[in-house]
Amino acid sequence: MDFDKELDARGLNCPLPILRCKKGLAEIENGQVLKVMTTDPGAVKDFQAFCKQTGHELLSMEQSENETVFHIRKRAA
Amino acid sequence: MVKKLALIASKGTLDWAYPPFILASTAAALDYEVHIFFTFYGLTLLKKDISDLKVSPLGNPGMPMPVPMPNLVQMIPGMESMATMMMKKKIADKGVASIEDLRTACLESGVKLIACQMTVDLFDFKPEDFIEGIEFGGAATFFEFAGESDVNLFI
Repeated sequence: MDFDKELDARGLNCPLPILRCKKGLAEIENGQVLKVMTTDPGAVKDFQAFCKQTGHELLSMEQSENETVFHIRKRAA
Repeated sequence: MVKKLALIASKGTLDWAYPPFILASTAAALDYEVHIFFTFYGLTLLKKDISDLKVSPLGNPGMPMPVPMPNLVQMIPGMESMATMMMKKKIADKGVASIEDLRTACLESGVKLIACQMTVDLFDFKPEDFIEGIEFGGAATFFEFAGESDVNLFI
């Protein structure tokens, strides 16, 4: 999947992946896509909750053995 | 309409420093407006240097220990420093943020930090003991914000 910015949050624990993601989204334009890589098992639920509450669109969530990769589209405004 | 979170941070140990700063920084990331009111031992968390925060296993049967340790042993001088050292190592190993980092995240995201003026007087703290960018206020100041908040927690 295409993305405009990549963020490596692997090895970080709650709430750092979310805080880094928030920062990452601030650095891209509205409508652009941020890719976030995580290893925190709690991130699966947390990123869904984050997107639901902030209005950013969770485009995809790919889980492999130890990692989850998210693609998030920054909300329009 | 912006959601609001009001916290009271009343504890000043390394372990209890986490909940207010984790919740505040996360709420700010979720676009909440956040105020934390620091009172009594919680005021310690606003000091310039918080690298000396400690955790004590004494009288805390819930704390996981590598070997069972009666209170009488935990009283021995140096046990608190050892427990703190072990906790800090675990924190770093597991990729958990340091308190300094979380506090910085709070400040950067506009979380308002309010020091309880009465406790400052009570403990003879000086304004210069604390980090910059904080405010001083009393119970009424807390309620001005808490009264219109969506979430209020005492920690």
